[in-house]
Amino acid sequence: MRHIISILLENESGALSRVSGLFSARGYNIESLTVAPTEDPSMSRMTIVTSGSDDVIEQITKQLNKLIEVVKVVDLSEAAHIERELMLIKVRATGKDREEMKRVADIFRGRILDVTEGTYTIELTGTGSKLDAFIKAIEASAILETVRTGACGISRGERILRV
Amino acid sequence: MRNPGAESLTGAEILVRCLHEENVEYVFGYPGGAVLYIYDELFKQDKVKHVLVRHEQGAAHAADGYSRASNKIGVCLVTSGPGVTNAVTGIATAYMDSIPMVVITGQVPTHAIGLDAFQEVDAVGITRPCVKHNILVKDVRDLAPSIKKAFHIARTGRPGPVLVDVPKDVTAASCAFEYPETLRLRSYNPAGKGHPGQIKKAAQMLLGAKCPMVYSGGGVILSDAAPQLTRLVRMLGFPCTNTLMGLGGYPATDPQFLGMLGMHGTYEANMAMQHCDVLLAVGARFDDRVIGNPAHFGEVPRKIIHIDIDPSSISKRVRVDVPIVGDVREVLDDLIKMLEASRDKPDPKALKAWWERIGQWRSKDCLRYDHVSKIIKPQAVVERLWEVTKGDAIVTSDVGQHQMWVAQLYKFDKPRRWINSGGLGTMGFGLPAAMGAQFANPGSTVVCVTGEASFQMCIQELSTCRQYHLPLKIVCLNNRYMGMVRQWQEFFHGNRYSESYLDALPDFVKLVESYGHVGMRIEKPADIEPALKEAFSRKDQLVFMDFITDQTENVFPMVPGGKGISEMILAEEL
Repeated sequence: MRHIISILLENESGALSRVSGLFSARGYNIESLTVAPTEDPSMSRMTIVTSGSDDVIEQITKQLNKLIEVVKVVDLSEAAHIERELMLIKVRATGKDREEMKRVADIFRGRILDVTEGTYTIELTGTGSKLDAFIKAIEASAILETVRTGACGISRGERILRV
Repeated sequence: MRNPGAESLTGAEILVRCLHEENVEYVFGYPGGAVLYIYDELFKQDKVKHVLVRHEQGAAHAADGYSRASNKIGVCLVTSGPGVTNAVTGIATAYMDSIPMVVITGQVPTHAIGLDAFQEVDAVGITRPCVKHNILVKDVRDLAPSIKKAFHIARTGRPGPVLVDVPKDVTAASCAFEYPETLRLRSYNPAGKGHPGQIKKAAQMLLGAKCPMVYSGGGVILSDAAPQLTRLVRMLGFPCTNTLMGLGGYPATDPQFLGMLGMHGTYEANMAMQHCDVLLAVGARFDDRVIGNPAHFGEVPRKIIHIDIDPSSISKRVRVDVPIVGDVREVLDDLIKMLEASRDKPDPKALKAWWERIGQWRSKDCLRYDHVSKIIKPQAVVERLWEVTKGDAIVTSDVGQHQMWVAQLYKFDKPRRWINSGGLGTMGFGLPAAMGAQFANPGSTVVCVTGEASFQMCIQELSTCRQYHLPLKIVCLNNRYMGMVRQWQEFFHGNRYSESYLDALPDFVKLVESYGHVGMRIEKPADIEPALKEAFSRKDQLVFMDFITDQTENVFPMVPGGKGISEMILAEEL
């Protein structure tokens, strides 16, 4: 089953490789990993999307907690949460397809950030599946380049993750 | 500046002062370019004594052996590049067995890091998977706090090795020195006491057991909880087994002790483990060499109580019913108090029936061997060693058959007497670990039981033993084979002894004599005891005893890999 795990960790060099090394050394999956400092620059917040049986997820959270630099670990998928991912996609947009591409981008609430005679660069946010849906909705041969951040997530309601 | 009056010192001076502050007695090390400033400071003082090994692997093992034999933190100091890579085997060995150790490594100057400088290796990168934590110190002002942190992390919680990588320019730069008195780490809060509700549940479960079993591991040794464990087991009247790492946690000569369990455990310990209805696991981790195939283990329903300081050890391979996260000693103290306060007692009738069943398993006498052989049986050497040393020596071992025979037959009554590489299984561990154990216990008898294959992996340390006059007694069970490899090839690879025969062995007697030690070669069973007695009468000398043993002897019982714990091969079945 897919899980989205949020981690607060010390913003120190080497902390990221400790986390990613743990996943590879113990054979856990990483679907995506995203990390950036929080409002407190001494702390980073990381979101990992992974999958595994309940036993594996239990081990992942325990092993993460064991890392000295990890302050807190929460499995967001245990409760209601919000999840967003950002995608930048550069597409070919020429002739009659140009208008169609803009329409599809609008339907997905995408924003066109850059325009050339033959291309659009579109920004889209949403859940991973929404971004996938956009890619499916347009002609495959029109896609020139995609870059995705991987998911970041936060709990709904009063639940918070902080020190 | 926290303290304007603090004196300004160089990084090298700070490092040595930190070792003073931590009351470090010995540093096991080997000098080199990146650590020259540190060695210069060591030269100028005599509080911390440096032990010069002959290979960095030896430094790490010696620091490890020192720690295991004393419960003080072993410290080793090596240079950058090959100094670090040579030490990695020793660091991984300590990591697998949760041994508190601080490893200080030199590094190329900060401005040269990443430029493929001479003797540069990414020390923190290379050791990351085999340390509890590691730190690269890039600024001399971070040095003292980093050392403080290293010692704190190494000794607390589930212990382990911590590496501090110190670039050469950091050891030359200066700053005000102040050793931090306290340390606050928001991200590191190891468990102490166990949850009282869980301990209460455990107590009730134990008192309701009909066929109970206590299984303890290295955690009991590490938290110095042997007295608590012994008290608990005796007050309950339950059977007890120890893992390879847990030997000495419960007195092996006690009638409630069933021997070691696991791949080469006793028949009675493995059978009781499989057939108990309530299992109390204390500071042990249900690893593959202990319970074999977890699916087979799970075929018999039983309730499991698991006490461990490391939450990730709980329900990792086997689901448990009552997890108790906490320091083993504190949890056992609380559990004992709760049991004492309870009016209930274990069911004596059920216990009696259980002990009768265990008695039947015991009557198999699974460790017996040929006592009339004309060739030396390795087991006989270990049994005579136990008698001659009155069961009270500190015994280190290498890895293989000899290690298993000592674990089975040298009845350890006290903790920290049995020192071996259990998790990583590192050949070459025995001799340097014995050096460390001897430094930690200068007056004690320290024995290294080894094989002719393992011994050659760190044989250079005989020179260190000479330099520091370490009167170790080395018992070599020489069967001219990598015995355990040979055994597996016999059982599982159709007697094809691929590369396991050791041709061109040295004359060990002459070899140890060339180092200035005493060598003996023993070929007849009748000579075992006299040879041991003579060796142990030489109090001030290192004596190497080369016992020429039966090449075909195997370790029994044996649980083949992937099989269940009760699916043992016994000697009689062959």
